[in-house]
Amino acid sequence: METIIETRNLSKSFKGIKAVDGISFAIGHGDVCGFLGQNGAGKSTIMRMLLGLIYPDSGSIFINGTEFGNHRRYLLKNVGAIIERPDMYGYLSGWDNLKIFAALSDMKIPAARLHEVLEIVGLKGREKDKVKGYSQGMKQRLGIAIAMVHKPDLLILDEPTNGLDPQGIAEMRALLISLSKDHGKTILISSHLLVEIEQIATSMLIIHKGRKVVEGPVNKLLHPDDSLVEVIIRADSSAVGRLSLSQWQKYLHSTEDTVLTFKMNPGNAPALNKWLVGENIDVLEIRSKHSLEEYFLSLTNDTIIKDRAI
Amino acid sequence: MIQLLRIELYKIFKRPRTYISFGIMTAITFVIQLAMLTDGKTFIGFAMQGINEQFDIQGNILNGYLVTYIILQSLLVQIPLLVALVAGDSLTGEANLGTLRLLLTKPITRPKLVLIKFFSSFIYTVLLIIWLAIVALFFSLLLFGKGDMINLKSETFIMIMQNDVMWRYAAAFGYAVLAMTTIASLALLLSAFADNSIGPIISTMGIVVVLTILSNLQIPLFNHIKPYLFTTHTIGWKGFFDEPVPYAAIARSAMVLILYTLGFLVTTIFYFNRKDIKS
Repeated sequence: METIIETRNLSKSFKGIKAVDGISFAIGHGDVCGFLGQNGAGKSTIMRMLLGLIYPDSGSIFINGTEFGNHRRYLLKNVGAIIERPDMYGYLSGWDNLKIFAALSDMKIPAARLHEVLEIVGLKGREKDKVKGYSQGMKQRLGIAIAMVHKPDLLILDEPTNGLDPQGIAEMRALLISLSKDHGKTILISSHLLVEIEQIATSMLIIHKGRKVVEGPVNKLLHPDDSLVEVIIRADSSAVGRLSLSQWQKYLHSTEDTVLTFKMNPGNAPALNKWLVGENIDVLEIRSKHSLEEYFLSLTNDTIIKDRAI
Repeated sequence: MIQLLRIELYKIFKRPRTYISFGIMTAITFVIQLAMLTDGKTFIGFAMQGINEQFDIQGNILNGYLVTYIILQSLLVQIPLLVALVAGDSLTGEANLGTLRLLLTKPITRPKLVLIKFFSSFIYTVLLIIWLAIVALFFSLLLFGKGDMINLKSETFIMIMQNDVMWRYAAAFGYAVLAMTTIASLALLLSAFADNSIGPIISTMGIVVVLTILSNLQIPLFNHIKPYLFTTHTIGWKGFFDEPVPYAAIARSAMVLILYTLGFLVTTIFYFNRKDIKS
């Protein structure tokens, strides 16, 4: 696949402390890349370097195959971004903010396009209100509108769900999925909400303490067969014994009191449930644990820091 | 560039705090005019005590031209502060709002952004001085009438015929624009270095006050550096009320101010172009 972003040995230090340490990665056209890492891992620094806000100490960035350093202005015409919070001019209306940032995009954007993006992000009818009166969710949506108003191919979104309520998060998720599927945008998105990333990302990049831990397509990194399925049963002293003699024994990952954890494809859960009921083992609950969360925690454990690429 | 400048001016003049400067200047001017209306004659009588013993001066001495001159003298510190309020906030204000990073993710170069901030501060300064000219000169003439202007100096006085005054004020206000643009470029430079708005505004005023004191101190130690301080030249507008007008000295002072302005601007562009935006 053709890459839209590529970095080579990107490094950055602040006051002698390495924030980003020789990171190389590539993101393909049309990808929704989930960018994960703990607080202070270097995500925002990398995103800022990709946008020319922070200068790398060493290494290179390529956007659409062109080196960023000397072509920043030209390349940014094709990029939309939200970094941390979508802060805007609170004393101006949403429309004014959108118009101002659209005018800074170095291309003529008709009013019809402004109306169109307001419609897409669901702010139609509120555009004349002053931004200081907007909720956090409305500001985030206006931020997305500003990021996409000039029809960029690449969106760089740093924590776009920050401060949103569950309804807002669900709306943002739907918007990002639509931007990817219906509008063909490539999206690099960082978030603390791993469940959200899991639902929208097609590829992932995980960093830890300024170094890349892993990158690759989600379907390869999060293999469904490696998912954890948790089964809560009524106390039964013979249950584990009977399980160890059954075909489910090979999936049994751990047991703790009445909680049995299986490492398997969640699609097998109904068959497992049927077997347990058949064995007169009372099943109180079956749930699939979020595989990305497990995966992320296992990778960002301090003992596991090595480059892995798929 | 023109479109970006229009956007910048739109942002400045949509912000309520911008008009505070105009309000403050209007208030100070009106207070001085009111004081002159009530106690002006006593004040002028006291100031001309020595002169009246040797000369018999007839006519409307306390006229609009003299009152305007007194107002301009009184606003020497206030106007730089009002200019610094906007120029000092131009880059750090964006950083504080969080809009700086959004601005710089757009295809606009950093030198261009600094130039836009500079030109918008310049236009704001021009408008502020024009407003000062209106409230000080126009209203003073309305309240106190016309007459020959007496420019009182420490040991002498200069009488300027009333038909010879207006061009001097036009030139003085033009010079004030230049002087205040130097202050604005200093505030812009400090704005590039800082991360909050208060710092550059206070620092600008601190520098202006300290250098003004140095420029006015009659101590031989400082005499060598005085010609190099921009504050020595910001009061060059007073030269237009001398007779004969010291054109060479005014041009020299104007050149120093232009060099300072360019120096501050180039330094701002150079520094801001390499700055990591972490706000």
